[in-house]
This record gives sequence, structure tokens and C-alpha cells, in this order.
Amino acid sequence: MSDPTRDWTQGSEGIAYQACPACASVWYFHRTFCPRCGDPRPQTRQAAGTGTVHAITVVTRAPTEELRAHAPYAIALVDADEGFRLMGHAAQELRIGERVRVRFIDFAGRPVPRFERTQD
Amino acid sequence: MSYLTGVGLTPFGKLPGRTTLDLMSDAATLALADAQLERKDVDGLLVGYSTTFSHLMLSTVFVEHYGLNPTYAHAVQLGGATGFGMAMLAHHLVASGAARNVLVVAGENRLTGQSRDAAVQALAQVGSPVYEVPLGPTIPAYYGLVASRYMHKQGTTEADLAELAVLMRRHALMHPGAQFKEAITAESVLASKPIATPLKLLDCCPVSDGGAAFVIGKDPTNGYRVRIAGTGQAHTHQHVTAAPSLTQFGAGPSAARAQEAAGISLGDVEYAAIYDSFTITLTILLEEIGLAARGQAGRLARDGHFNHDGKLPLNTHGGLLSYGHCGCGGAMAHLVETHLQMTGRAGPRQVRKAGVALLHGDGGVLSSHVSLVLRNNA
Repeated sequence: MSDPTRDWTQGSEGIAYQACPACASVWYFHRTFCPRCGDPRPQTRQAAGTGTVHAITVVTRAPTEELRAHAPYAIALVDADEGFRLMGHAAQELRIGERVRVRFIDFAGRPVPRFERTQD
Repeated sequence: MSYLTGVGLTPFGKLPGRTTLDLMSDAATLALADAQLERKDVDGLLVGYSTTFSHLMLSTVFVEHYGLNPTYAHAVQLGGATGFGMAMLAHHLVASGAARNVLVVAGENRLTGQSRDAAVQALAQVGSPVYEVPLGPTIPAYYGLVASRYMHKQGTTEADLAELAVLMRRHALMHPGAQFKEAITAESVLASKPIATPLKLLDCCPVSDGGAAFVIGKDPTNGYRVRIAGTGQAHTHQHVTAAPSLTQFGAGPSAARAQEAAGISLGDVEYAAIYDSFTITLTILLEEIGLAARGQAGRLARDGHFNHDGKLPLNTHGGLLSYGHCGCGGAMAHLVETHLQMTGRAGPRQVRKAGVALLHGDGGVLSSHVSLVLRNNA
């Protein structure tokens, strides 16, 4: 579990992000270069899984028959404490500005991040 | 310098049996007739894409099908901004001398040519296939996220959003080609079934069949003198997760560039055609461009400001929300209606004055922005 590159998009429980050694910017979508300064040596790091709710919606009309059984489900944009923004599932009662922590749930056969309220 | 010389628009809604090429052809024929041109006069062709008929070379498919022989042709893909993007490109092609008469055309049987699930899934693919789509979002969910943040910051309410749906329906009832024929109220919008909070069914544009076309040329070809006076774009991101902000988008800079190019200011605008995929889209675009103060779009709509006989008539055909949305042709209907208004041909919807019009389209999740300023030199 110490692999910093582990990531839910690859089927393992974790959230990886990247940081630039040259300009210090951080981002979420994996690349082989820094999208801000072009540096070719981005570092992949593991996020703590904590952050703040930036936006949230409860989806009632799911896009596929397979996902219909899961609806309604909430999707949030969360500002991770490391400084990048990511999309994940969320507890439906969450409000913008609330502090959250991630756990991983099975959604349509794969692990996805789900954010829940924390007290910290 | 270029002129919008002719426009064509089919009814939107359920048009069973009409294919993408049928709808493109119908619209093209209407636009050429309006411009008083024949097929042989078309030396430039720009087409949108179709989700029910994806092809690597839709422009040359249409060249062959419709019987054209242009010296310049290709397709353009910019989501909901495609139509105005093509208008901007046609303007520059004409200005540069690369073409004399550019036919711009799009059509799609988006409603009857596929299942509703297929349409919803195809559109959700504007999201990231790795970081977003596996979570089960839809286009309304992406916009629901934007809405939650924007409303949190500006204090906009769901009742404010509802006023824009009511306004678009009020206008659609005056257009025989509109998809929706029944009046709605703010109460019925608020009571419509939830889709992705805070957006409900009547906050969302429908899926439609339809086609739209126009001709942009170097010289007037008929009695009309509607000129493309200025254009602008801005592109800041693709995916909502990567948007620099959910309360500031590219619409402001894009519209400012078009106004600067045209040498006008907002106070000169007499007619507005603004992309309205969702009530929140229209709200944000109106407020960011400056046609409404922040947080005031719903109130202005309720007070009649954007009515066809109001201070700033807006989307008098009913917009995407009520005329309908067939893909690339959706926003092109806004441009067609603008031309009808500027040339005094809008019948019961005719506005008092439309000498200067501002048009704005967006694609993706407020990702791509294109603005146009039209002027009537008649």
C-alpha cells in the first residue's frame, strides 16, 4: 500500500496526483510533463484523501441501465488538501464548504472514491 | 468583412424517418433559397458533426450527397459552440479571400435516430473517460455541479433559474417550428422531476431532431445587409474537474473580444442570442457577459426585460430550452432567428429594433466560448 502511484482509476484504492519539481504546481489528470511550465519530470504522489467540498449534485437520472440501480447518487468536486481538485462520489447530505475524507466503495464493479463528512 | 446572406431552419422535435443527411439537406436548401444562391455558387462548405452519423469526413459526404463542388470544405467539432465557431471561421475565410460564399450546415436526428440512453451516454463522453465517466455523471450532472457552486456564490435560487425556462417557453409558443407547444410556469418548472440537483427536467434542454444552415459571403446576394462585425473566442479547459473556476468562465473575455472587434459596447446591443442548454448556462452567460448583473438574470426575466417586446429581446424563437436542441444545429437556430429579427421577418415575434445583435455559444461544460456581433447595414 506504500506505492505512491496507486490510484482508483487503475483499480486500486488510492488517489494519485502529480507535482512539478520546477514550478511547484500540482494537478490531478496524469501527464508526463507539467501543464504549466512543461517540465518533463513530474512527481506522482499519493493524496491523503482529505479535502473540502467545492460543488455537489445528486444524480437522479443515471446515464445507463447498469447504473440505474445505484441512483440517486451524489457526485462532488472536492478540493484536496494537497491543492488539486477531483471528482468523486459523495454522501448526499454534504454541503459546499464541508470537510471530507475519502473511503472507497464498489461502483459498477470497480473501486471509486466516496467522500464523507469528517470532524477534523 | 462578411455578410450573413441567408438562413434556413427546420422545425425541431420528433421528425421520424429524417436522417442526418436529410436534415442537413433540408436546412441547406432553405438557406440557399434565402440567399438567392444555387449550389454552384457555394465555394466553401463547413459542417458540424452528428452523434447519430459519425463519419471521419462528413463535409465530403455532404458534398457528394447534396451535389456541391466547393474549393474549401471540412467539418468542425466544438460541442455546443460548433455553430458559432463555424460562423466565425466562415467570416475569416471570406475576409481572407479563401471563399466567396460559405455554406454552413448541421443537422441530426438526435431524438429519433437513437435510444435516449444512447444519446445521454454519447453526450456524457465530453467528460474525462478516466477520471469522470466511471463515476456515472451525465451532462446535467456536470452542469449541476457548476450550478451548485455558482448559486452558492451569487445567491441565485432555483426559482430564479425557473424564470429563464418560462421565458424560453413563452417565446417558443410564438414559433410554429418549436418542439414544445404548451405553456409552463415557474411552479411547474420547480415541480418537474429531478435530474441532477439543482437541475430539474424543465431546467434542461430536450434532445431533438432538426437541421439549420446559413450562408456567409463576401457580398450581399439579396436585399439584406446583415454583416458579421466582430468575433471572439476563449477556451479554458475541457473537463469540469479541470475548470479554473466554476464562477468565472471564458464567456466574458470572448464576448469582450467580439465587441472590441466590432467597435461596440454592451449598451449598443439591441438583440441577444445566448446559448441556453440549461437554465444555469443561460444565467451564467448573461451575467458573465454583462447583459444582467450578477444574480439578476432570473429577476430580469421575470420582469419582462428579455421578452420579445422587452428592453433586450433574448432568444425569441425559444432557445435550446424550448425550440429544441439537435446538436450543432441547436445554437445555429439562435443565429437564424437573429437574422430573421434583423431583417424584419420574425412575424408575431418581431422585435422593435435589432440593428446590433450579440450572440454567444458555449461547448463542453462552459469550456469553449464563441461570440459574434452582427450589424444591420441596411
